[in-house]
Amino acid sequence: MVLTDTPAKLVYERPEALGTTVTHYCPGCTHGVAHRLVAEVLEEMSEVGNTIGVASVGCSVFAYNYFDFDFVEAAHGRAPAMATGIKRVLPDKTVFTYQGDGDLASIGMGEIVGAASRGELITVVFINNANYGMTGGQMAPTTLPGQKTTSSPTGRDVKRQGYPIQTAELLSTLEGSAYIVRRSLHNSREIRRAKKAIRTAFEVQKKGLGFALVELLSTCPTNWHLTPVEARDWIEERMMPVFPLGDYKISSAVADLKV
Amino acid sequence: MPAKGYIEVNELFCKACEICVTDCPFDVLALDMERLTPKGYHPAYMVNPDACTGCGICATVCPDAAITVYRYDRKKAEA
Repeated sequence: MVLTDTPAKLVYERPEALGTTVTHYCPGCTHGVAHRLVAEVLEEMSEVGNTIGVASVGCSVFAYNYFDFDFVEAAHGRAPAMATGIKRVLPDKTVFTYQGDGDLASIGMGEIVGAASRGELITVVFINNANYGMTGGQMAPTTLPGQKTTSSPTGRDVKRQGYPIQTAELLSTLEGSAYIVRRSLHNSREIRRAKKAIRTAFEVQKKGLGFALVELLSTCPTNWHLTPVEARDWIEERMMPVFPLGDYKISSAVADLKV
Repeated sequence: MPAKGYIEVNELFCKACEICVTDCPFDVLALDMERLTPKGYHPAYMVNPDACTGCGICATVCPDAAITVYRYDRKKAEA
């Protein structure tokens, strides 16, 4: 029972930058957590009115409906190319892309490698949930060895279908990238660390230090055929050994950055 | 010990994923099986409100940002 006679102070409420639209994401999908962290970070930096987001194709295709600031929709995989153009024309704006693994690591791998190698001053929020969520859980470049999906019903066979692409490690080898980290969204501690990483990634852009990408391990309870709570354990037990969390590239200028 | 805080669940956003129920360190939350939200889910509610400390872990893990957290200000009440 809420005590109405005792004064209470507000500790946390839904960020205004998130708008009031109910998302289409399945119950327990951590896309919602990632959206919320981006909205909170932009509010804390007072950048909400100065931000242009670029949505990708995939489950996050409707991201422009959920954020209460300017958003554009890119062709499949081409969000980094579109963000490059926006940032070069409007260098004072904060420009970020929000992409899933089917978009960034598959059809858009060329664009993201190009943007990172050029050191474009954009921020990328990359959601890795080990399958193509929107189309029904097919095998993605990030699908784990042995993982069953609708297009690999007996499990991903590495002899025929290869190994998962570790995007953060791959992009960290490029000279133009300034801040490349991998975080997870499976418990409150990791969510707080992920928020700090997203904040740093936006600060890197604001200070003009280079290309910044935050990879977030995310759940897909529906296509993994697990409950939301089991899906979070699955991240810890199955995904984290293949996609270890950590800081893959922190350039010397970023290391001096105080957030 | 009296509750140190309380939460409000916005039933427009709650999708009954049960992540807050599992993660609450004091077992304050449960799904309300008697009621349905406009989307047809059983919303989370405070089944054990006296144990709430207003720590905000439920709001941190909520994928739909449905939870608002308050903490009681007893010092102000006594003054």
